[in-house]
Amino acid sequence: MSRILIQNGRVIDPSQSLDRVTNLLIEHGRIAALDVPADHLSGDPEGRVIDAAGRIVSPGLIDLGTQLREPGHEEDETIHTGTAAALAGGFTTVACLPGTDPPLDSQGTVEFVQHQAERADHCNVVVIACVSKNREGKELAEIGQLVQAGAVAFSDGDAPIANAELMRRAFQYCLMFDKPILSHAEVKELTAAGVMHDGLESLILGLPGMPAAAEEVMVSRDISLAEAIGGRLHILQVSTAGSVEILRRAKARGVKVTAGISPHLFTLSDRSLRTFDSNYKTNPPLRSQQDVEACIGGLVDGTIDVICSQHSPHAEEKKMRELDLAPFGIVGLETALSLVVTQLIEPGHLDWSSALAKLTCQPAAVLGLSNKGTLRPGADADVTIIDPQAQWQVDTSRFFSKSRCSPFHGRTLRGRVETVIVGGRVKFHAEALVS
Amino acid sequence: MSVAESELEYVPQQWTHSHLLGLESLTAEEITLILDTADRFKALVGDGRNKLKVLAGTTTANLFFENSTRTRTSFGLAARRLGADVVDFSASSSSLAKGETIIDTAKTIEAMGVDCVVVRHRTPGTPHLLAQNLGCSVINAGDGAHEHPTQGLLDILTIRQHRGSLTGLTVALVGDIAHSRTARSNIWGLKKLGAHVIVCGPATLVSRRWEELGVEVSYSLDEILPRCDVVNLLRIQFERQLTRPFPSVREYAHLYAMNKQRMARAKKDILIMAPGPINRGVELTPDVADGPQSVILEQVSNGLAIRMAVLWLCCGRRA
Repeated sequence: MSRILIQNGRVIDPSQSLDRVTNLLIEHGRIAALDVPADHLSGDPEGRVIDAAGRIVSPGLIDLGTQLREPGHEEDETIHTGTAAALAGGFTTVACLPGTDPPLDSQGTVEFVQHQAERADHCNVVVIACVSKNREGKELAEIGQLVQAGAVAFSDGDAPIANAELMRRAFQYCLMFDKPILSHAEVKELTAAGVMHDGLESLILGLPGMPAAAEEVMVSRDISLAEAIGGRLHILQVSTAGSVEILRRAKARGVKVTAGISPHLFTLSDRSLRTFDSNYKTNPPLRSQQDVEACIGGLVDGTIDVICSQHSPHAEEKKMRELDLAPFGIVGLETALSLVVTQLIEPGHLDWSSALAKLTCQPAAVLGLSNKGTLRPGADADVTIIDPQAQWQVDTSRFFSKSRCSPFHGRTLRGRVETVIVGGRVKFHAEALVS
Repeated sequence: MSVAESELEYVPQQWTHSHLLGLESLTAEEITLILDTADRFKALVGDGRNKLKVLAGTTTANLFFENSTRTRTSFGLAARRLGADVVDFSASSSSLAKGETIIDTAKTIEAMGVDCVVVRHRTPGTPHLLAQNLGCSVINAGDGAHEHPTQGLLDILTIRQHRGSLTGLTVALVGDIAHSRTARSNIWGLKKLGAHVIVCGPATLVSRRWEELGVEVSYSLDEILPRCDVVNLLRIQFERQLTRPFPSVREYAHLYAMNKQRMARAKKDILIMAPGPINRGVELTPDVADGPQSVILEQVSNGLAIRMAVLWLCCGRRA
């Protein structure tokens, strides 16, 4: 396998507190060395030199919670198109959620996803498998066999586990394999028929609300259960000021809990629903401006560990419905990094290193991916090169995803992915896939 | 054309909208213009024998995706009295039942040469969705719990006809505020015209958050009643409630029904209104509904005048 020298880039690797302009060498699909001389490959005709002057060289981004929709909903997305979208967004690894049809609750379905990802040959795909059989929240799935098949974490996706006893048993059982449970925190009884955040805006619009308490009650419950068992808990999406505060207190007393947030939740508020555009219909819903600010506070002080795309593609015709009939969810892979730059780094909330930590080493730690999310020598050569100054206008018609459902169409964003290297091979460069 | 009708030949320049989606986005001047226009139409058309031609050659389509008799009939009559053709679209026999999206359905109807669609739908925002996607005028005839602008306008017109002005009046909206589009349209319109608005009902149906919009919130009809110039009794919308928000209809009527005992404690000239259909014995007792302070049937005839005004203002330039 050929060698690649990325030279003169600003290498930022939060896993080793590294941030300096230097040269990075990739060999045989692995990170070989840092600080090699610029003429290191001069005698190697196969060697490739990438000039990264003025660019940021980061460990490949890892997305903790992507809906790839295959098998079952190929009209929304396939593993082929979803992983292409991941590359375009700078992600070298996506952890796919099990909400497919059939759900990923058996070795067969997990292996199917892995095979399709190999055939697509875009980015790495790791599987989050079901906690419960058929995501019904009744009986545990065969977690041990799913681990053998390669599942890295367990979740019922957007079907919250209502039965507290089952959740408790899942925490206990997962202790045997040291796997985390990823929780979508929602008490369904409190959100029934809801389409948006319950607040002044929903009151004015006459739309059924989803109260903040529906999330906070579940965050509290899951923390109590994880704390009692000593299990590993990750809250997939935090969206309310109350959840941030509950998590902050839990972390302070040493509970093994981590949490994520997606860019639309720290960018948009429930006021967006005034347009009645279903591209603002997400779950968790876009919250109030005070919640948005509290979540940014949680990102700044480290209460929120992970930024994930929450990529939830839908075929366009499904979203062209009345607001109550349109499904929840928007695409996020291709705008996530640029929203982090535009909304968090540019205004000075986070510096590059702490922002990239939430997209690289911290999701890797949640998923237990020891060779990813880092540029330490010996790690998998997954690298994302970013142009931090680039300005671009989001055009959903140019998305690699099958879905066009994004509220950011037309928005001008800062920072763009330039080159993506997966396993030592350049897979994406200059807005195009490289085969 | 009569002399009076010639005054209504041109839509006034200060009216700039081709849709009426809600009262929240209108100014006090625009609302007053609609009310003034409605008064003129009412004087011109009288009992309906005098038909006008100001919308002759245009077609209005009633797109009612929710059952309605009174509003659909009122819009249909209003359009016909202005000389427009009217088509009624029935949701149940439509292609919607065959899985077509609402935008495609509406575009198909528009392609048949319709100048205005009057939309009622159970989902807030559906008229807005159509207004963004169609070239014709869109009139909101009620979108879920969001707005019902012509109902708000006809309620306000009725009050204005009795009191001359809304400024300084205290108007209570009583009952199921949470599920009421009529309440929302009334709140916007009344506040813009200077009235003090109270929302009153069980705490499960009346949010404290209304205070953030400058609306008084009360759970006790008996406490606020002596201060009220107008009481508008909203229907309990059982069909929109997922879970029953109060223990029993009996208890609701005990706390909030307008009855003879409560009338005795009200101002002598109080106006009793109800947007209908009314549940006699729940929101108000028959002696109050049919009593001297009730203006419920005036509301109905004003509805026709308001809808004529709105149709003409929004589509008059197409005729």
